[in-house]
Amino acid sequence: MSVTTLSSLSSSTRPSQGRVWILGGLLVALIVAAPLGAIAWLALFPTENIWPHLASTVLPRHSWNTLVLMVGNGIGVFLIGTASAWLVSTCEFPGRRLFEWAMLLPLAVPAYIVAFVYTDIMEFAGPVQGLLRDLFGWQTSRDYWFPEIRSMGGAIFVMSFVLYPYVYLLTRAAFHEQSSSVLEVSRTLGRGPWQTFLTVALPLARPAIVVGIALAMMETLADFGTVDYFAVNTLTVAVFNVWLGMGNAGGAAQIALVMLGFVVLLITLERIGRHGRQYHHTSSRYQTSPRVRLRGGRKIAALLVCAIPIVIGFVIPAGVLLRHAIVFFDESWNQAFFAFARNSLTLSAAAALVAVSIAVFLAYGRRLSGRGFGALSRIALLGYAVPGAVLAVGVLIPFARLDNAIDAIARDLFGVSTGLILSGTIFALVFAYVVRFLAVGFGAVEASLGKIRPSMDMAARSLGAGPGRTLWRIHLPLVRGSLIAAGTIVFVDSMKELPATLILRPFNFDTLATHVYQFASDELLEQSALSALTIVIAGILPVIILSRALRQARPGTRTGTRTRTLDIGTRKDVLDNG
Amino acid sequence: MRKSTYALAAAGLAALVLGAGAVAQEQAAVNAGEVNVYSYRQPFLIQPMFDAFTRDTGVKVNVVFAKTGLVERLKQEGRNSPADLIFTVDIGRLNDAYEAGVTAPVETAQLTASIPTAFRQGEGHWYGLTQRARIIYASKERVSRDDAPKSYEELADPKWAGRICTRAGNHVYQVALTAAMIAHHGEEKAEAWLRGLKSNLARKPQGNDRAQVKAINEGECDISLGNNYYFGLMLQNEEQFGWAQSVYPVFPKIGNKGTHVNISGMAMTKASPNRDNAVKLMEFLTGDLAQQMYSEQNFEYPVVAGVPQAGLLRSMGDLHPDTLALDRIAALRADAFKLVDKVGYND
Repeated sequence: MSVTTLSSLSSSTRPSQGRVWILGGLLVALIVAAPLGAIAWLALFPTENIWPHLASTVLPRHSWNTLVLMVGNGIGVFLIGTASAWLVSTCEFPGRRLFEWAMLLPLAVPAYIVAFVYTDIMEFAGPVQGLLRDLFGWQTSRDYWFPEIRSMGGAIFVMSFVLYPYVYLLTRAAFHEQSSSVLEVSRTLGRGPWQTFLTVALPLARPAIVVGIALAMMETLADFGTVDYFAVNTLTVAVFNVWLGMGNAGGAAQIALVMLGFVVLLITLERIGRHGRQYHHTSSRYQTSPRVRLRGGRKIAALLVCAIPIVIGFVIPAGVLLRHAIVFFDESWNQAFFAFARNSLTLSAAAALVAVSIAVFLAYGRRLSGRGFGALSRIALLGYAVPGAVLAVGVLIPFARLDNAIDAIARDLFGVSTGLILSGTIFALVFAYVVRFLAVGFGAVEASLGKIRPSMDMAARSLGAGPGRTLWRIHLPLVRGSLIAAGTIVFVDSMKELPATLILRPFNFDTLATHVYQFASDELLEQSALSALTIVIAGILPVIILSRALRQARPGTRTGTRTRTLDIGTRKDVLDNG
Repeated sequence: MRKSTYALAAAGLAALVLGAGAVAQEQAAVNAGEVNVYSYRQPFLIQPMFDAFTRDTGVKVNVVFAKTGLVERLKQEGRNSPADLIFTVDIGRLNDAYEAGVTAPVETAQLTASIPTAFRQGEGHWYGLTQRARIIYASKERVSRDDAPKSYEELADPKWAGRICTRAGNHVYQVALTAAMIAHHGEEKAEAWLRGLKSNLARKPQGNDRAQVKAINEGECDISLGNNYYFGLMLQNEEQFGWAQSVYPVFPKIGNKGTHVNISGMAMTKASPNRDNAVKLMEFLTGDLAQQMYSEQNFEYPVVAGVPQAGLLRSMGDLHPDTLALDRIAALRADAFKLVDKVGYND
């Protein structure tokens, strides 16, 4: 177990090359951070300063609610995510191979749609209460008590079952990358399976788990749809109240800054939690051991632990959407639908590609340079926790400034107006998605890069490869699985993105999400169920690809074992054979 | 292995570029013979009028709809903004656009003649399109017509304890009503009223205006506040028909004045590149045909005098609007909003 940064290496071998990477990384970080700067500017110079009012009334209450929701969801996703990841990775029980990828399915369903569906099911007029009334002869809601789904508890319930895949995905990858020999040593030294899980596997997987929980919490922080629907007054709700109710974008930005404070806190906690505990395996032998075959009660328990989250987070909501989609099929299946789908797919794919490239750039720059760069690259990640609508304004400002500056120059020099070149185009949309979801990609890429022993870099560099070549030939192939994972999450998240899309989009431009929203905001989700279902289906496909990639990228199977145990000189042959 | 990865990546990129090209082509359609609209109103509510306009004039209407941020977008886009018109609901938000300095004054003989001065800005920076009354929905089963509140003030009466449902207090419609209360009674009395109303709530404020009527149908509460047009919209919806059937509308008064009304409206942008078409659309929407469509399809009250109201609107009862000037409501909006936070209405 060792902690090493490569800064010493980059300065000793080829300083100029390393510096290019770091400078490039800084530039990218600055561009990505520009919208956040714009938000800070809005917050500091509002048209009417309502900060005193906010600080004395709204902020304390809404901050507390936000905190409760984040902690509640954090606990929820940790329990569901790690338990299922552990079972799927180390135990054998019926349906395990199915669960391996199916655990990811809830990721494909936008949280606000799940919220809508469960409100339908659990509310007074829904089937659950209807059945209870029939059984017990109750008449009105005053005759009995039933838990209110539109509440803090309901929000934690719904969001935990939608967000746990972040933890599952990263934790399972971490478990897979743990050599079974490490776990076997623990067992031969007399630890039981529980103890091995708690004292060896969990601590080893901790960076991944922490990243997963942090992602889920940031998603919670930025969520508007669910909390709005459930009347949970969090900070995002305050943002919209101030903006819609008072027309005060500056006040909205001020609250957004408070939210950024939450994120900084979260990231700091994550850092402290990880400090000095970056584990690398010292063994380079990876092998799979046969999974523990579960029997009897344990088998059923394992089955339930994996099945329940899928049923709640995916099967039921998707089933309800499917029913509505069939009923309204003729109205929905038309030319416009295909245009929405195409827009969504194109934008999301572009965002995924760009975000992963930038994530690699930043993560590698950080690996090369160590701490100073790290701090800056963190700023570039804060976009994840800013409510989409506020971020959209943050994107508007630099783009419009740039466009208007170019236009002014063109008018001065040539007497022609160039108009707005970037504002109001899909370019601005893709940029917004990248800023918003970069953290997701970065977390996955960095966690994965961190597991590659620095000795790998050193070996490559001492054999004469520059940083770029080392990245391309050594790191990227090794972390391929995580890159695909990162891209997939960005893709799926972009498909679901709504508030920034609404504000930044071109004329007459709809994505599946905006189309769904138009109706859902009037409690008419049924009529756009086909589009909602398509968001879900589009999310499933990458989930399957992702899961296959993970299986293949697992050290100990196919190319993985050999790649890791090989020295640089013979790697190429193996890859060609593999 | 490696080759196939590259091939896959290349194929992916190619698909991406093609897709982006197709999207870009679609956007290129923004130019002359058209008019560009930024709208805070849901497109399906105004699309029928736009379609009628296009049939009439051949001018195409391009729309961006969003719930927030369009005024900020206009502001940032500055003189190069492609938008010609901005559509909003709520007087406060119309006034926001005006105060942000992104609107331009418009005056034509038709606009001035057809829209009463109460419904337009003095220099023509904005024009009202429709009126919507904030009314009370009462349960047919549990509230007799004699008992139903005749005024907004009565909603604070303890006899309604645990029987009222409303949406969040800082939603624009509720804020406008609170601002009207401040205008008529002063801030102190308005605060007492708001506290009284809050203490009568059957549940934490949640959902939209329709959701309150649904709650009445389900027995959670007996009366609710909502805009008048939802009554008609619910009657047209298969699922919501039953909700609307369980209530009847009441037109309450503020004090001894009339019912609180708000407007939806439009404003021309300062940068408007298609000014002529924009004026054409403004005149079309304040013409008899469009005004009647608003009334018949959306169940809003026309702002233009003499345009017949939809049968359903007439059957709901007579609207006697409060005569308080709209810009008073807009001016008091910030105070009303703070009041809502102060009494913790949504907690």
